[in-house]
Formats: sequence, C-alpha cells, structure tokens
Amino acid sequence: MSDHKKFMFVNRKAPHGTIYALESLEVVLITAAFDQDVSLVFVDDGVYQLKRGMQTKGIETKNFSPTYRALDGYDVEKLYVERESLEARGLAEGDLLVDVEVLGRDELSALMEQQDVVLSF
Amino acid sequence: MLHIVNKSPTSGSALDSALRLAGNGAVLLIEDGVYAATRGNPAEAKVRDALGRLKVYALGPDLEARGMADRITEGVTLVDYAGFVDLVVEHPNCQSWL
Repeated sequence: MSDHKKFMFVNRKAPHGTIYALESLEVVLITAAFDQDVSLVFVDDGVYQLKRGMQTKGIETKNFSPTYRALDGYDVEKLYVERESLEARGLAEGDLLVDVEVLGRDELSALMEQQDVVLSF
Repeated sequence: MLHIVNKSPTSGSALDSALRLAGNGAVLLIEDGVYAATRGNPAEAKVRDALGRLKVYALGPDLEARGMADRITEGVTLVDYAGFVDLVVEHPNCQSWL
C-alpha cells in the first residue's frame, strides 16, 4: 500500500478573527514536509484569506498572508477557490494575492470526491 | 445603545440580530464583523437598509488587516481605536453580539 495520499484542506473562515486560517497553514506545511499530495480549497469566508493588500500593523498581529505565496516552494501548488464564494463577496480572481484555480461548485465537488483525506478548517 | 458585532455576516446570525434589535441606536463593526461594511458582501443590502435609520461604524485597523479598507460601503463611518473608545463613552450602554 502506498503511503502517498491525497490530502485536501478546506478553508472556510475569514483570516484574522479566529486562529483557524493560521493553524490550517501550519498543518499544510507539515503535511507537505511528509511529501504528500496536498491541495488547498477556499470556500465561504475562507476566500477572504487570499485577499490582496492585508496590513495587520494596526491590529498588532502577524500578517501570515505572504505565506500563501511561498507555498509553491514546498511543492504545494494546488490552490482552488470556489467561484460562487468569491462572487458572493464582491471579489474576483484579480483581488487575490496568489495564483489560484477558480472552480465552480460542481468541479470542486468532483475534486473532493477524489481525495483520501479531507481536513476542514 | 452601541451594538458591537465581531462576526462575519455569513458566519452566524449576530449581525442580523444586532441590526434587527438596534432600533435607532448605533452599530459598530469590528474584527470579522467589518466584512459587513464592504461593497459586494452578502449583507450589503441589509447594512444599506440599516443606514437609513441608524449609524453604522467600522473599525479601520480591522479593515486594513483584511485588505478591505478600499471597499467600504458608502455611508459607513470609519473609526480608529480612539474613535471606538469615544463611541463607548458617548453611549449609555453597549452590547457585544458574540
């Protein structure tokens, strides 16, 4: 049996009001270090995690958003954003700080079906 | 009364309840609550409607942290931390909708 599995991380929460977004990133990096097939999905308020132009100096927290741009250095290159979630929030692909693949709900659903492990944050 | 909302409009019913029960009071959006003050968000129509009868404020540093400071809904008043304190002092009481 292969020890190489398909891991999907489903991010559904806005970035700074809770710790979920940052914790998800931590687990993504750990999983990538174990040489697994990793993909990240951003749906619902999770799409806000990728918004361009975050300046966290005023709230005195770490701005972890540049980390999303560094993920390809860890061979994490599959970032998917649900089109419906983006549009519902007045956002477009150009508002995001990293290259992603924008998928409709049906395509995203099919992608989820293919995973071995799905973790939701 | 000053009603303080710190949850995004789609993460629960805090915003809905605050707007429903705020009467002619004031609503201050902080933390993830500030998404409700941005153009194109799912609650934009509700907030615009509320602006016809009460004041809505949003905390600037929380908008900046989320990269949303440049898309604030017209009619919402930006405040900084000192402005937050002023609002709490000006109103006889306040309620945090957790």
